[in-house]
Amino acid sequence: MSLIKYESPIREPLVDGKKTYHDVTEDICHTIEAKPSRLWYIGFGISLVFLLFGVYSVYREVVYGIGQWNVNRTINWGWDITNFVWWVGIGHAGTLISAILLLFRQGWRTGVNRAAEAMTIFAVMCAGQFPIFHMGRVWVAFFTLPYPNTRGPLWPNYNSPLMWDVFAISTYFTVSLLFWYSGLIPDLATVRDRAKTKFRKHFYGITSFGWTGSTKHWQRHESLSLVLAGLSTPLVLSVHTIVSFDFATSVIPGWHTTIFPPYFVAGAIFSGFAMVQTLMLVARKVMNLQDYITLGHIEAMNKVIVLTGSIVGVAYLTELFMAWYSQVPYEMDIFFKYRIAGAYGWSYWLMMTCNVISPQLFWFKKLRRNILFTFIMSIVVNIGMWFERFVIIVTSLYRDYLPSSWSVYYRPTIWEVGFYVGTFGLFFTCFFLFAKYFPVIAIAEIKHVLKTTGESYKADMAPLEKMDVDKFYHETHHDDHHEGGTVTVKHH
Amino acid sequence: MAVKKFVVGSFDDEKVLFPAVSKVRKAGYKIHDIYTPFPVHGLDHAMGLRETSLHTAGFIFGLTGTTTAVSFMTWSFTKDWPVNIGGKPNFALPAWIPITFELTILMAAVGMVLTFCYLCQLAPGIKKHHFHLRATDDLFVMVIECTAKTNEEEVKNFLAKAGAQEVNTQVAEDGWWIGRYDREQKLYKEDQVIA
Repeated sequence: MSLIKYESPIREPLVDGKKTYHDVTEDICHTIEAKPSRLWYIGFGISLVFLLFGVYSVYREVVYGIGQWNVNRTINWGWDITNFVWWVGIGHAGTLISAILLLFRQGWRTGVNRAAEAMTIFAVMCAGQFPIFHMGRVWVAFFTLPYPNTRGPLWPNYNSPLMWDVFAISTYFTVSLLFWYSGLIPDLATVRDRAKTKFRKHFYGITSFGWTGSTKHWQRHESLSLVLAGLSTPLVLSVHTIVSFDFATSVIPGWHTTIFPPYFVAGAIFSGFAMVQTLMLVARKVMNLQDYITLGHIEAMNKVIVLTGSIVGVAYLTELFMAWYSQVPYEMDIFFKYRIAGAYGWSYWLMMTCNVISPQLFWFKKLRRNILFTFIMSIVVNIGMWFERFVIIVTSLYRDYLPSSWSVYYRPTIWEVGFYVGTFGLFFTCFFLFAKYFPVIAIAEIKHVLKTTGESYKADMAPLEKMDVDKFYHETHHDDHHEGGTVTVKHH
Repeated sequence: MAVKKFVVGSFDDEKVLFPAVSKVRKAGYKIHDIYTPFPVHGLDHAMGLRETSLHTAGFIFGLTGTTTAVSFMTWSFTKDWPVNIGGKPNFALPAWIPITFELTILMAAVGMVLTFCYLCQLAPGIKKHHFHLRATDDLFVMVIECTAKTNEEEVKNFLAKAGAQEVNTQVAEDGWWIGRYDREQKLYKEDQVIA
């Protein structure tokens, strides 16, 4: 509470409008309790169609084999692994917002963390499909797990980056899910306790695990959230690092570089935030959440986008420089003959434009706070980031060491595209269900910051700002002097 | 698990709640619990609750993960079936760091969440008595347990004077049971204990 004193009056309120605790509950539970709009049904329907197309594409791949795709012995990682890395990257923003920004005490994360975490989980679900089905014989996918088997037992190769991926992605998915759900429990209890229909009482009764809001439980909940945030922070950095090891530990020119881990992590955050923007800009409009996801939130995320976009830009230039500086003919050829020029040169320049040049426009405050511009940029960035992975994978592979196996121009088949479209279907189907049945904004967390950062409360803070620090301390710290004068020095 | 008698006072402002807590404690009443819609910082100290040691559990689970990963990989790659992978050493500790790290995080997180659910007695299908439905919305609900010596009316008046908006007495089960929230459930009253 001592933070009130030092809350800058210049800083924008995180929650707009004169809201009470009850108003917050009403606003956020409204979408769960109201009938879904026509727009929701249309969106959900389209997502389902996409999903079904994806299921059929995957069905063909499973039944007829990888030959359904245009990948070949030279370009063996085509669209499939491009999509995998792209989705994993998108899945980074949620945990970054909820974990790293929690540790950095960034108050604005409370408005967007719940939806961003949900997005993370759905994105990782989509990402996981690609390597699994790329195995070809998906029915033996469990061979990757170290279990006592009848083949010896023969253990998986723990030295292989692909094996690290299995552990990294599954751990990331599990921990993100736990983090997200443990935060949801109190909010689901809020929905349960206001439920009028039988279905809602039962459904939220089960999903809220019998949460009461007991002080002791809250104390443990806080401790749990903090430690999970602490665990997720290195985890989120490790996941894309390990994904980049899939490339960096190989001996393919253009992949074999030490810059990959930080470069991939920055790119992941970059595309993840762009995806959060895409979803949040639509959600705040459709679900009437402008008071909770304010222009301030959008601007803050745009700042992260311009920062990480610039890091990515520096990484691209460093790669080019290092290729020249090394004077290794293979490296030089890949970068200067086949990447920035050559058959796929267009994709390189598309990537450069979308990822490096266009985010620089966010240096202008006017554009950072422009909703339409932000929305367009968020899509541009994700197109750029998709092409980044495409460029890395395809341009490095299509001219390998042996000219006789150089590949012809690579075009995906309809089923390869269908698989990608299908993951969009999966992603948005999940997101639509989430937006309808779960609180999209962390109710309890918003209430927690309401009195220090809500618009109506900040207005009353002028006298507090002038107050003497000692006097203020004594008036606001009820918790610090109890039981025979023992002062617990614990400020939150 | 037993059915007990409680005096329930609901507050609508944490600024009133904090002085009320210290008044109630000074008067010697036993606070059963305070139910709040969000974590109110400092309330646990005001109530005299001890710090949680959940994070210690997390640390131990994490160490378990580290040990499991390192020892299992060592055993399977050097003892059980050493495979020659490009002539590299069988005991390749640096290459095992990623998996060791991931397993540490995984076990710490899963272990902590399970411990949390166990300690707070949370699970799907569990039902508990809720003293006030708005405790998850906008009220801070203080529940005082009645003992044999407690004068109910006195406690009620005391709470009202301390600033409670709504005061009542409830006889309720203080543990959990398996149940559904869309159905009323009659609990046995025979073993009512006024301890």
